Amino acid sequence: MLWHGDWRNGGERMASKKQKGYKLGFDFRTQLELKVMLLPAVCLIFLFDFTPLFGLLMAFKSYEPIMGVKGIFTSEWNHFQHFIRVFQNFQFWPMVRNTLGINLLGALISIPATLVFALLLNEIKHRKFKSLVQTVTYLPHFLSWVIFGGLFITLLNTNGIVNVLLMELHLIDKPVQFLADPKYFWGVAIGTGLLKDIGWGAILYLAAMAGVDQSLYEAAAIDGAGRFKRMLHITIPGILPTLMVLIIFAVSGMLNNNFTQIYVLQNTLNLPASQVIDTYVYQTGLLQFQFASATAIGLMKAVFALLLLACANALSKKMTKSGLF
Amino acid sequence: MVGGKSFGERTFNLSTVVIMIVLMIVTLYPFWFSLISSLNSGEDLARGPVFLWPRELTWASWQTVLADSGIMKAAWITASRTVIVTVASILYTAMFAYAFSRSYLKGRKFYIAIGFISMYFSGGLIPSFLLMNWLGLYDHYMVYILPALFGGFWNVIIFNANYKAIPDSLFESAKMDGASEFRIFFQIVIPLSKPVLAALSVFTAVNIWNDYGTTLYFTQSPDLQTLQYVILRLIQSNRAVENMVSTVEGSNLAVQQLLSGASGQGLVTAQTIELAAMVIASIPMIAMYPFAQKFFVKGVLLGSVKG
Repeated sequence: MLWHGDWRNGGERMASKKQKGYKLGFDFRTQLELKVMLLPAVCLIFLFDFTPLFGLLMAFKSYEPIMGVKGIFTSEWNHFQHFIRVFQNFQFWPMVRNTLGINLLGALISIPATLVFALLLNEIKHRKFKSLVQTVTYLPHFLSWVIFGGLFITLLNTNGIVNVLLMELHLIDKPVQFLADPKYFWGVAIGTGLLKDIGWGAILYLAAMAGVDQSLYEAAAIDGAGRFKRMLHITIPGILPTLMVLIIFAVSGMLNNNFTQIYVLQNTLNLPASQVIDTYVYQTGLLQFQFASATAIGLMKAVFALLLLACANALSKKMTKSGLF
Repeated sequence: MVGGKSFGERTFNLSTVVIMIVLMIVTLYPFWFSLISSLNSGEDLARGPVFLWPRELTWASWQTVLADSGIMKAAWITASRTVIVTVASILYTAMFAYAFSRSYLKGRKFYIAIGFISMYFSGGLIPSFLLMNWLGLYDHYMVYILPALFGGFWNVIIFNANYKAIPDSLFESAKMDGASEFRIFFQIVIPLSKPVLAALSVFTAVNIWNDYGTTLYFTQSPDLQTLQYVILRLIQSNRAVENMVSTVEGSNLAVQQLLSGASGQGLVTAQTIELAAMVIASIPMIAMYPFAQKFFVKGVLLGSVKG
């Protein structure tokens, strides 16, 4: 307790020095207090974020689960055998195709759709109606994929309401196997993804739109610009930085499927169209205990994702002078 | 240009309203559908879907779900981890962010570096699995708590932007009076950061409540299942039975009857149980999300726009 008291005195001395122009906060006691505040989070980052990075060594070694944790360091290097085998794997290219297909088409559809939704919402002058629409469309964002996906599985079932309605309207002769037929899976994944996040995604655009200088609209209106012209020449340029950030995120997330979504919608029948990198890593890694090769695939994915992020950011900076960093 | 509005303008307004109403119906109807289906008698539901209102109203499925010890155990696990993680991680993250935001913190660059590294690099699933095993967290309740105690560097950035809005003079006068950093944090920063604290608490709670990955990856015993995981398994097993039914349909009547028998008969069937569980598990989120919206705009967006 004695030395505790000493810091206190130290702090007071520093405080009195401040009155003579001494810079506050560089005293030992303050620094110590700050370090104590940082400590829990720093420990957690090191333990749960940095320690697993050592596990990446497995990707380059002939590691077997039986070797335990020590084996990660002691097992033999295997000259990139895991990576070579990944490319020879017949499941690899379909998996990459599904990952990129769902993400690329998903981004191409959902970014413009969310933007159009936000633009239309911004044009609604009736405040109550606007906030009602927003409140309703946010809802799915807060529900888990288990529930949201489960709802759509029920609706799209062969005896589900969508099929019953389509049959009643005589648009189809027999039920569509939305979830059992691989050819519909991308559509289901993209559609449910769009519906779940369109309302939430629009928040960011709307906040950016609120930041656009209102006098620009008035000036344009006086000059005779119609609603579409104002949208095109004022709103869209005004929210371009936000749009670019979202596009950068979409590009860098190109290889990152939403595991929680895909895993819920996936079943053995639609596997040819629904096996993506993340579900494959889970399946081979945790269910079949191929730790080393699953880590190799995960690592490759992460490296490409970082490269994509850097490229997208550089391109965005070049084209629009705004980027993430 | 009668009344200041052209024909085109009116058409535009009308079609906007129509689009919005359609979107709202598409968003809300699945919930309504699952609600009325879960309140309908299961045997009746098997004959055909209900559209607007239950044909044979019954609370039997809800009662079955609420009386099921497995589901209630899962609900308890989910609720307890949601509360513990939300409170603890918001506290640790806010505290980290406060110390991090001090311009006089020595070695600030080091903390920026570890923050960004933790954001962009990760060992991935398998190394995390090995770590949990090594730490003895595999199949232990603590796997839900410990790894989630730090809310991530994104939240630090959001806190940081919000702290900037607090006037410097407040900090300076507190320091001059000899207040410790902890006192400044708890008595000045926390009371002035209520919107962002509320917003990030809601988001953390939503994420934890909705998470099933931790259960899927890091646990195996039935005692540790979360609500979302139990529902996922219900959905998967029901679909498996249905797929089997549709495969043998027409070919083997006896097998078909056996399989449809497996999914239950009477007031409560596998399908109504599944729907009732989904509806019940989403009630807390539906009750909470309007607040999330309010706080998000006040706490997160305003802060980040300013910062």
